[in-house]
Amino acid sequence: MSGGTALELAASVRRGDRSAGAVVDEALEAIAARDGEVGAFLTVPGDEARQAAGRVDELIAQGDDPGPLAGVPVALKDNLCTRGIPTSCASRILHGWRPPYSATVVERLAAAGAIPVGKTNLDEFAMGSSTENSAFGPTRNPRDTTRVPGGSSGGSAAAVAAGFVSVGLGSDTGGSIRQPASLCGVVGVKPTYGAVSRFGLVAFASSLDQIGPLTTTVADAALVLDVIAGPDPADSTSLPDAPEPLVPVLDAGVADLRVGVVDELVAAEGVQPDVRDAVEAAAVALEAAGASVDRVSVPSVEHALSAYYLIAPAEASSNLARFDGVRYGLRVDGTDAAEMNARTRDAGFGTEVKRRIMLGTYALSAGYYDAYYGQAQRVRTLVIREFADAYRDHDVLLGPTSPTTAFPIGDRIDDPLAMYLSDVCTVPSNLSGHAAMSVPFGADAEGLPIGVQVLAPARGEPVMFRAAAIVEDAAP
Amino acid sequence: MIGGGDSRRPKLELFRDGSDTPGTIAVVAGKRISRADVEHVAALARLALADDEIERLTGELGAILDHAARVAALPTDGVPPTAHPFPLRNVLRPDELSSTLERDEVLAEAPAAEEGRFRVPPILGDEP
Repeated sequence: MSGGTALELAASVRRGDRSAGAVVDEALEAIAARDGEVGAFLTVPGDEARQAAGRVDELIAQGDDPGPLAGVPVALKDNLCTRGIPTSCASRILHGWRPPYSATVVERLAAAGAIPVGKTNLDEFAMGSSTENSAFGPTRNPRDTTRVPGGSSGGSAAAVAAGFVSVGLGSDTGGSIRQPASLCGVVGVKPTYGAVSRFGLVAFASSLDQIGPLTTTVADAALVLDVIAGPDPADSTSLPDAPEPLVPVLDAGVADLRVGVVDELVAAEGVQPDVRDAVEAAAVALEAAGASVDRVSVPSVEHALSAYYLIAPAEASSNLARFDGVRYGLRVDGTDAAEMNARTRDAGFGTEVKRRIMLGTYALSAGYYDAYYGQAQRVRTLVIREFADAYRDHDVLLGPTSPTTAFPIGDRIDDPLAMYLSDVCTVPSNLSGHAAMSVPFGADAEGLPIGVQVLAPARGEPVMFRAAAIVEDAAP
Repeated sequence: MIGGGDSRRPKLELFRDGSDTPGTIAVVAGKRISRADVEHVAALARLALADDEIERLTGELGAILDHAARVAALPTDGVPPTAHPFPLRNVLRPDELSSTLERDEVLAEAPAAEEGRFRVPPILGDEP
């Protein structure tokens, strides 16, 4: 780790023990030395990072407050727009595009003193669970480089797990922060839908997408979320009320909390026995810390994956219509505009993105709309209703994050359904718009990290983080 | 998308059985996707797929839709659809002047631009 957690780094920079410049240089050197074998980053704008660090050091020299993340190097998933710095979504169709604006989260991190040191690899347009669907090559899991880091925020998860940075940002549409966090052994948070502005996040599925942090500790995740969350006039889906700060509640304990282990998540298709054991052990730890723990049934989560793989592609097929060769990125010429559009999109999109555009277009087309998309939306209502029932008697719920630990590179890439099953435990919280996070909890027999998922209702981040802090402390 | 592009395109039937009305959920969801369906959907999605891509997608989409069709069998009578996790309402900003994107910065990233505008191939047939 380049100098410790974000809390420790920011404290040492704010005290003047270390300069932001030195911290950032150390991160850049670590990336240069070791990212060749991991492949976490697509772009490392070293000059811009050093300039930003210089501005933080100037503020400190002047006696000004440099912010709670002063000098902390951060990795940004490459679907977050950064003005003047290439933002590709790991797609040929956006290769080399330099956005004319930055995402709100990028501005907020910068205002808090954080230093973006690179843009990280992802499954193209965030579609995938292994970061193998990148047009620029896969990312490898730092814990075992023959295995995937998970996805789609695999680059940010790997950058944190490898110790290049203590903070990464990802986006989570069906598990794309939590699942790679689980596979890489780091903390990953999908906040409540609308808690964090999505202005400047290249849209995948607009009713599901959320931005969140990947960090080495629960406290760092709270610190970052406190910085990036909050209403934004530029995102009409951002929740209008300011969220409760999380850092102050981290040590509040769980004595007053009711925890439910979700039967259907623990028994979901393909859950590895040692992953199931980890969830049970985390429940025991919460009980030992004073929480009341019981089992709870949320039957419709069994159908959440099928509903998700209709809703998300349907929204994606609409969102990705904007990549038409006119305003940005790639163009392949044609005799008329329609032919230019179609040739550009065939050449520019990769296999998985085309698969989902086709699936979504089909699900939305005349005659099939009600059977597929409409029915999926009704199942979404059932998931929301049953979660509401579960949260009547519970403050937080527990389940696995990923059914399995990190799988070998190449293992599922030719079998879309096997890959989609990676998301079976994470998609329900996206459908419901609820908060959920993955906390590292030991390893399997092969030494690969396991993640336990803590779920909470909308705006339930304070109780979720209190439970997560206990799970983190109890982790083997 | 570019306006006007679709009006001159032939209207295609999605149902190969000649029907153009939605069937019952069970009947529609149980229908196996055909190569012709894939070609039609590719046209709707503006994807100039190669022949081998169409072939592969016909099989893959069939398998994925079989899995998705599990939702079609669920009893959801009287259950309203959810399009968005929380109720949406119109959000208006104060009617005040603010900065917008720099035109030249935006156009510099376009594949082709001319006289302060995006340049595109002919949309309605003949060269302008």
